[in-house]
Amino acid sequence: MYLAKVYVTYKPSILDPKGEAIKDALHRLDYENVAAVTLGKYFEIKLTPGEKPLAEQVDEMCDRLLANVNMETYRYEITELEA
Amino acid sequence: MKFAIPVFPGSNCDYDLLNALRDCLHTPADLVPATTTDLSGYDAVILPGGFSYGDYLRSGAIARFAPVMTAVKEFANAGKPVMGICNGFQILTEAGLLPGALQANESSKFICQVSPLHVSNTQTRFTTAYARHQDIKLPIAHGEGNYYCDAATLAELKAHNQIVFEYVDNPNGSVANIAGIVNRRGNVLGMMPHPERAVETILGSVDGLGIFDSLLMNHVQGDAHVENR
Repeated sequence: MYLAKVYVTYKPSILDPKGEAIKDALHRLDYENVAAVTLGKYFEIKLTPGEKPLAEQVDEMCDRLLANVNMETYRYEITELEA
Repeated sequence: MKFAIPVFPGSNCDYDLLNALRDCLHTPADLVPATTTDLSGYDAVILPGGFSYGDYLRSGAIARFAPVMTAVKEFANAGKPVMGICNGFQILTEAGLLPGALQANESSKFICQVSPLHVSNTQTRFTTAYARHQDIKLPIAHGEGNYYCDAATLAELKAHNQIVFEYVDNPNGSVANIAGIVNRRGNVLGMMPHPERAVETILGSVDGLGIFDSLLMNHVQGDAHVENR
């Protein structure tokens, strides 16, 4: 069994009003040194090896569903889970 | 002219649309479940507003893979009219039937108001009933209606007259004030404003009728000949 950790975040050109709101809230909590906050999505996908290489499959999953490549970018790590 | 209204779990403007088509325009329309795989017998498809699949992941991201969407793609590829309103527009962009994407409103607030719009292209099969450069008012109600596309896509949209509706006061931060666009072929329209909520005087506006009137008029005159110009 393998574990893919996928991180999806907005491209820099995309507005992130939720991240902005969180930054403002942190400022209200007196963390005045907070310069920027971006909010993204994190997925943990457990999967077994198939016919295609796992990385190729995860790339496909990201392009087709997990990210909207018009607005978002993604990166991932794949590790083998101990039985 | 017979309309199909695909209903996804979480659609909530389906009955508004049904009311507009059946009761105000007196044209046959059916609600069809998202599991439908056959749209034969229908002349137009309108994807309604709402929060399909709870907007999980992203607005429209899950609905795009509903069984009915394969049939909607075939329908669109055959040149027949397909329209998406609000969440329907989000689904059409996720499905790749329209370019760009809808991101969160600039203000980070859900906006529910009547918005003045400019009809920028009256030569599509969805807009011939409007006067050239007509200004209209339609309700908007969305949290993620801020149209985004890159510069190259925007140039394409402009070059092929694909921008159909523009906000007069851009309430959500959309690129180039875009409220609605068609595909290059002109048979797929996506728009954030709700024409189906502006079809009776008692609703405060009848400015939405023009879209449905245009579809009906151009269907009678032979749909295949009205391409985007």
